[in-house]
Amino acid sequence: MLQLICHNLTLGYDGQSVVRGLSFTVSEGDYLCIVGENGSGKSTLMKAVLGLLPPMEGTIAYGEGLSRGQIGYLPQQTLVQKDFPASVWEIVLSGFEGRRKFRPFHTAEEKAAARKNLERLGLAGFEKRCYRDLSGGQQQRVLLARALCATEKILVLDEPVTGLDPVVTAELYELISDLNQKYGVTIVMISHDLEAAVGRASHILHIGEDIFFGSRQAFLQSPCSRRLFREGGRA
Amino acid sequence: MITTLAAYFQYPFVRYAFLVGILIALCSALMGVTLVLKRFSFIGDGLSHVAFGAIAVASVLDIGNEMLFVLPVTVLCAILLLRTGQSAKIKGDAAIAMLSVGALAVGYLLMHLFSTSSNLAGDVCSTLFGSTSILTLTKTEVTLCVVLSAAVVGLFILFYHKIFAVTFDETFARATGIQAGAYNLIIAVIIAVIIVLAMNLVGSLLISALVVFPALSAMRIFRSFLSVTVWAAVISVVCAASGILISILSGTPVGSTIVAVNILAFGLCSLLGRLARR
Ligand SMILES: Nc1ncnc2c1ncn2[C@@H]1O[C@H](COP(=O)(O)OP(=O)(O)O)[C@@H](O)[C@H]1O
Ligand SMILES: [Mg+2]
Repeated sequence: MLQLICHNLTLGYDGQSVVRGLSFTVSEGDYLCIVGENGSGKSTLMKAVLGLLPPMEGTIAYGEGLSRGQIGYLPQQTLVQKDFPASVWEIVLSGFEGRRKFRPFHTAEEKAAARKNLERLGLAGFEKRCYRDLSGGQQQRVLLARALCATEKILVLDEPVTGLDPVVTAELYELISDLNQKYGVTIVMISHDLEAAVGRASHILHIGEDIFFGSRQAFLQSPCSRRLFREGGRA
Repeated sequence: MITTLAAYFQYPFVRYAFLVGILIALCSALMGVTLVLKRFSFIGDGLSHVAFGAIAVASVLDIGNEMLFVLPVTVLCAILLLRTGQSAKIKGDAAIAMLSVGALAVGYLLMHLFSTSSNLAGDVCSTLFGSTSILTLTKTEVTLCVVLSAAVVGLFILFYHKIFAVTFDETFARATGIQAGAYNLIIAVIIAVIIVLAMNLVGSLLISALVVFPALSAMRIFRSFLSVTVWAAVISVVCAASGILISILSGTPVGSTIVAVNILAFGLCSLLGRLARR
């Protein structure tokens, strides 16, 4: 079932386009990796998909059972201040705010779901910890748990492993694959790391000079991927 | 000392002042946490100057109940400042500097040109730094203050979780369907209301202290949003209450005494925070 249909998108800021003529689709259960050079417009595309940036041209349509506010999101850099006082529990529960409308208190189901999401990400027992005291990898997992509270359907991750060491990076990739395979969560991930991306994704979208969209196999046989791998494996 | 205080508290205006002071301290601390964390504290500062200008205009126009004029004007400016602050093209901080200094200058100019008071310098000084004005509150002003404070606390509790979400990560909030713009607007309006209320207590130049200090003090020690919010409110109320008592007993100006107590509390909290982290 199609969840996201982007047709002939042109995106940009203040009348200046950054990405032109982009078309792709995402189906339920897909693991789409978006690769491209720095500044090629990956984060811009993400903002458009989330409805934070209106497209200059083209359309973004959401499939049945999915609407704009139902996309879980892990920002490229959460610009949370270093000294923001917030516990893990408060942050994870805040994932529900978008769907809660005007009820001022959390229900028991929401709390149970939040606890389940913490467990899935290996954070059981971290509820009372202060966010700013956690390591980088733990912080990313807290934000993933929050995103899962916002939706179980589709997660959009913008370079989630930036700044993490190789061991923690591998763990986080493993967790994301798990969410995709065990729980059927659709993943749309922006990545800088071509090899890791291609290793796990079902589909690849490359943006930049040459735009490519297709399955992993098709990508591996495309001239685009041969050029990228020749250039050293970093997109 | 107790008997002196008891004697003072027999006068209704002292009781009013005490009640109003505590309510204002409570409201300003609640919003202060969000303001500090959202880096909106400069808006509070700008608005307090706007409120000063509005009071000058109100006194020139000879409007009976100043609050009824000052409140809408300040709320309007809060909305304007928020709009410009969000637009990338106009630098928000420059707009605020312009508005606040402009309001201050024009306000003083108007008072100078049109005031019939024989003690202009005294009037200006008390508007800026607060003074005995808190002891001359009328019953209407006290009622208005109680109603508005109740509204602020009510709104804050009702929207507490949304305010947290928007404060912690506005982009995520927007992406998951929270009307972040609407909540920013609510926050701005509440700030405007608090500032107008607090003018009576500490004067327009010292309001920011009332908003910022309790939040910063609580953040030295506590590490979750809820505990910081609750303790900022407690610290603020305690500081305001002791500040008012001290000023009654020793005849110091109310506003600066409260701020001085807040500074002390901040120092104490910083110390405790360091010790706890060892
Ligand atoms: N808010 C903005 N206003 C104007 N230009 C922007 C903005 N954000 C990004 N850009 C520009 O858009 C281009 C693409 O940025 P981005 O989408 O962040 O790239 P990527 O995520 O692929 O590294 C860059 O040239 C950047 O300078
Ligand atoms: Mg980016």
